[in-house]
Amino acid sequence: MVDRLLGRNREAPPDAPLDARTAVWNRVQLARNLRRPRTLELLGEMADEIVELHGDRGFGDDAAIVAGFARLDGHRIAFVGQQKGADTEENIRRNFGMPHPEGYRKAMRVMDLAERLGLPIVSFVDVPGAHPGPESEERGIADAIARSIGLMSRLRTPIVAVITGEGGSGGALAIAVGDVVIALENAVYSVISPEGCASILWRTADEAATAALAMRMTADDQLALGVVDIVVPEPGEGAHADPAETARRLRPIIVGELERLGRVPADELVEARYRRYRVLGAYTEVAAPAVAPTPTRGLGDRLRDLLDPTRWSGGNPIPGTSRRDEPPAREEV
Amino acid sequence: MPIKLPSFRPRKDAYPPDLWTKCPSCSEMLFNKQLDKADRVCPNCGHHFRLSAQARLDSLLDRDSFRELDAGLQSLDPLGFVDQKPYPDRLAAAQLATGLRDAAIRGVGTIEGRRVSICVMDFGFMGGSMGAVVGEKVTRAAEQALAERLPLIVVSASGGARMQEGTLALMQLAKTCAALERLKAARVPYLSIMSDPTTGGVFASYAVLGDVNLAEPNALIGFAGARVTAGTIAQELPAGFQRAEFLYDHGFVDRVVHRRELRHEVALLLRYLAPAEVAADAAPADARPAFDPLGFLSSLAERVVPDLASAEPAASAERAEPAAEPAAPEPDRETTGDGARVATDSVKADVDGPGEPVPARPSREASDG
Repeated sequence: MVDRLLGRNREAPPDAPLDARTAVWNRVQLARNLRRPRTLELLGEMADEIVELHGDRGFGDDAAIVAGFARLDGHRIAFVGQQKGADTEENIRRNFGMPHPEGYRKAMRVMDLAERLGLPIVSFVDVPGAHPGPESEERGIADAIARSIGLMSRLRTPIVAVITGEGGSGGALAIAVGDVVIALENAVYSVISPEGCASILWRTADEAATAALAMRMTADDQLALGVVDIVVPEPGEGAHADPAETARRLRPIIVGELERLGRVPADELVEARYRRYRVLGAYTEVAAPAVAPTPTRGLGDRLRDLLDPTRWSGGNPIPGTSRRDEPPAREEV
Repeated sequence: MPIKLPSFRPRKDAYPPDLWTKCPSCSEMLFNKQLDKADRVCPNCGHHFRLSAQARLDSLLDRDSFRELDAGLQSLDPLGFVDQKPYPDRLAAAQLATGLRDAAIRGVGTIEGRRVSICVMDFGFMGGSMGAVVGEKVTRAAEQALAERLPLIVVSASGGARMQEGTLALMQLAKTCAALERLKAARVPYLSIMSDPTTGGVFASYAVLGDVNLAEPNALIGFAGARVTAGTIAQELPAGFQRAEFLYDHGFVDRVVHRRELRHEVALLLRYLAPAEVAADAAPADARPAFDPLGFLSSLAERVVPDLASAEPAASAERAEPAAEPAAPEPDRETTGDGARVATDSVKADVDGPGEPVPARPSREASDG
């Protein structure tokens, strides 16, 4: 019976869109793999030494974000990055890699220090999203993210951002504004989690794989969109299979970029970074906006409205009439 | 015994929606015309209804002072995004329903005689979601404020970043925050007004970064959606969570202002939020006299001599055609020469509107009474 079922499954004609969906979904699962190397593991393989710094000087220390100094091929750098746990216990301590505002404020503190010390910054991004709880809102998660983005856009020191796993929306971008953005092959980057997107646009989280495909969240797609500049291939089944090899492939690319950016004068660097983000986004400019006169509604229209039962309230909102008290479309972050 | 037949007549409380609106707060039935007259604030309980971008501009700015810029910006579909229906169809439907090209209008206007660069969002257009066009308009508003040293005002009403544009929508956070950092470095002030709702990526970028943050009473303002929050933490959310007053209590909003008072408060703040003089760097901004003869003269000159403004060597500014502003049907009190437009070398394809009839600013509740 089981064999028959499995056999039937195997015989099922491979559906092309389904395949693409499965492929993308596999990538998402790889990016979320529990054994995937995080900031400290990757740095542990790559760096000659690491000094971690703690605390945001205002509230506390957030274990979901690590920051500090390291030496990479003789280059002194400052690093920031999200840190998920490898097991349940560590995950609870590190809040599943979901930072609170103080985490981002710690990162900002270290990055600001790096600028003053003339150290380049390497950031490692792997986050499902910033922590969405009441305490996070109370302490200003939106404020921390916006200020971190703003800070990174103007720091007069080279910044290399590496998307190593999940690039989850604003919580990722907060430490991912860089002169160059590198992504590991199986990393994903999206404006909202695929589950969140599916539950809003498809009204069910079961369509997460479809949403993941539609959002084109894989590293290669992001490269094509210009959001990511370099994609680094992972060994074997993925980074979790061989963290040391992953770090060995990543290191020369980070170091190469640091050396290249180190030769660029600070003014040019900041201007180029501004331009890099300034041009992202697809729009056209219609030279002459069509201006149709506002249709004035006469008595006939109003009578027709009265006779048209679909215009009476009580049912679904009628498209075209702008009722402004419908529930807000919410974005999950 | 009489047989009770199901009634096909509308129930007593079913009103034609374009005549009456039920206040979600006090359940009072409100006559739309009266509601509009009261700036869409419930006269009974003070509930603030959402305001369209045009109505917001009308309520904030001096009469006929607004000159729209970049009206022709329109989103593309970079991902080829299809959910229940394709993204271009959703865009077209939203354009037809609202008469806007995207969820924001930007331009320059005056508030009690003070020129400001202003960008206003419209929740009616796809939930006010921020895609490339909204990000671009906010950024251009900031860049113009920087070039002309005008105070910047952004009125937010948005559910967050536009999912249909994927990470490119997310990158608008970086684009806008970077522009605001430059504004800050140049000591040009920025006033952020948050209306219901201001959430997600919009809140976590330009909305929260105001030098002064104002919010309308009871406006929903927050980072993560309430459903996400509740789902993630499995605990009861405190009452008034993510409302304007909650933000005020926690120190992220300077003032919660009733819509009736908003224009007055903004005008009051603008007396202090004037860009610091470039030459006299040491002078604190608020020491400036309320009457600024030089600024007055130059703004007068701009009105009288349209080409003066455009002759100013704004860095790498390219001239836009004066005819490119037909969306501003106001009488020509302001200059028509659109020299104020800040040039960008962003990727844009100048496409002539192929005659598709996107209607202009509608007066949405035109059918009232």
